Amino acid sequence: MNEHAPIDHAKLAESMPLEDINVSDPKLYQQDVWMHYFDRLRREAPVHYCKDSPIGPFWSISKYKDIVSVEVNHKAFSSSSTFGGITLRDRTGDLELPMFIAMDQPKHDEQRKIVQPIVSPANLAKFEGLIRSRIQNTLDSLPRGEAFDWVDKVSIELTGQMLATLFDFPFEQRRKLTYWSDVATTDLNNPDRLINSEEEREQVFGECLGAFMQLWNQRVNAKELGGDLISMLVSGEATRNMNPREYLGNVILLIVGGNDTTRNSMTGSVWFFNQNPDQYAKLRANPALLESAVPEIIRYQTPLAYMRRTALADTEVGGKMIKKGDKLAMWYISGNRDGDAIENPDQFIIDRERPRQHLSFGFGIHRCVGNRLGELQLKILWEEILKRDMKIEVLAPPKRVYSSFVHGYQEMMVKIAP
Amino acid sequence: MPKIHYVAHDGTDRAVDVPEGETVMRGAILNSVPGIDADCGGECACATCHVYVDAAWKDKVGAPNEQETSMLSFVDSVQDTSRLSCQITVTGALDGLVVHLPESQH
Repeated sequence: MNEHAPIDHAKLAESMPLEDINVSDPKLYQQDVWMHYFDRLRREAPVHYCKDSPIGPFWSISKYKDIVSVEVNHKAFSSSSTFGGITLRDRTGDLELPMFIAMDQPKHDEQRKIVQPIVSPANLAKFEGLIRSRIQNTLDSLPRGEAFDWVDKVSIELTGQMLATLFDFPFEQRRKLTYWSDVATTDLNNPDRLINSEEEREQVFGECLGAFMQLWNQRVNAKELGGDLISMLVSGEATRNMNPREYLGNVILLIVGGNDTTRNSMTGSVWFFNQNPDQYAKLRANPALLESAVPEIIRYQTPLAYMRRTALADTEVGGKMIKKGDKLAMWYISGNRDGDAIENPDQFIIDRERPRQHLSFGFGIHRCVGNRLGELQLKILWEEILKRDMKIEVLAPPKRVYSSFVHGYQEMMVKIAP
Repeated sequence: MPKIHYVAHDGTDRAVDVPEGETVMRGAILNSVPGIDADCGGECACATCHVYVDAAWKDKVGAPNEQETSMLSFVDSVQDTSRLSCQITVTGALDGLVVHLPESQH
C-alpha cells in the first residue's frame, strides 16, 4: 500500500471483486473505512464467504434480520471456546480460554446467572451515587484551556474505577485491570501492540490470574462474603469449582466486557456530539433526551463490531448454506447501519422513536449482562457534562484501535473551554 | 376482537382490543401502552417485554418454552407467573386476559 496516496475506499469497496472483500482486516477499522465494504455486502452479498484471510475462511452476516436469526439459533450456531469461541481468530488447544460467553447451554446460563445480580436494578441503584460522585470529581479535575487525551483522562479512568469496584479490586492498582483487558484484545499484527506473541500474552494472563487467585483465596478465607464479582464466583454453585483456566477466562470476560465497551462509548459520544453540533444543541436544550441519546450513542459506536459463531450442523442463512464447522461473524456494526431495520442509519439522531432497537448488546441468551450499567455510566457522564455546560472541543480526529473486534479509540485530544 | 388488560405497576388498567394472531407484546406497542420495551422486536431475545400473567389466566396462557425460560432468567424480579409477552399469541380464548407490568423492564 502506498502510504502517501490515500486509497479511496468508497470506490475500492465498490470496484473490487466481491469475493476478495475481507471485513476482518483490522486496518479497515483503524482507518475508519469499514462502512463502505459493509454497504456493498449488505446490498450484494448479505451472507458473504471470505475464502481466504489471515484468520482463515469465514462467513460474514451483515443484515440486521439475519444477525438476529443466527443469534437466536444457538443450537445450530455455537459460541463454545472448544471451536474457537466468540472471535474469528481461533484460540484452541493450549490457548483455549473458557468463559461463560464462550459456552453453550446449559453451562452458559448456569454461570451467567451467578454474576448477573451484580447488575440487578437494586444494585444499580446502589452504584448510582458512587458513579456520580466519581464522574463529578473526574470532570472537575480536568484541565481547562489546554489539550489532553480524553481516552486516558476520562474514559479509561472512569471505567477502571468502575471495574475495581465491581471486583472489589485494590483501587490504587486499577490500571492493571485496564492493561490486562487491553492485552487480552490486542491484535498481534497491530503496529502499536502491547505484546509480541501469544507466549507473552499467556505470561500477562499468568500475572492476572495470580492477582485474582490471591483475591479468590482472600474471599474463601473471609468470614463474610461481600457483593463483589469474585465473592459471587466463589460462592456460586456453578462457579465455585472452576479450574484456574476457567476462572481466568471468566475474569477476562468480565474485565473486557466492563472496560472496552463503556470506555469507547464514552469517547465516541464526545466525538459524535462534536461532529453533530445540531444534535448537541438539541440535547442541551432538552437534557431529558438523554434517555434516547444514550442508546443511540451505543448503536452509533457499536463498541464490539461482531461476535463469532461456529456452525454445529449444515444450516441455511439468507439463502446460503453454512457448512458444519464453518465459522461466521455476526457484524453488529453493519446490522446497526442497515437501512431496512433502522431509518437513516448513518445519521446520529438522538431522538429516535425506537432507539433501543440496535444490535450492540447482541440478542438471545448471550445478550450483554451489563447493558444497563453501561447505559447508566454514559447517562450520568452526560448529565454532569450538561450541568457544567462544558464545551469540549475535539482537536483532531481520534486515533482508532487496530482491531476488527474492539471498535474503539486509542487517543482523542480535546480541549475544554476555560 | 379480544380485549387485553395491561395493568401498570401503579394499578392503572388499560384495556385494548388486540387482533387474534398478534402477540400480547405487539398489542401494547400498537396501542402505545407504556411499560413494555421489546428491544428485539419480538424474537424472544431480549427479555424487555416481561409481564406477570394474572393468576386466574395462568393455566390458559400456558408455560414458557425452553428458550423463553432461558431469556426469563435475565429478568430480575421473575415469578412463576412471568412470561415474555412477545411469546403469548392472542386468541379468542384469551379474550379478557389480564397481564400485570413490572416496575421496569431494565
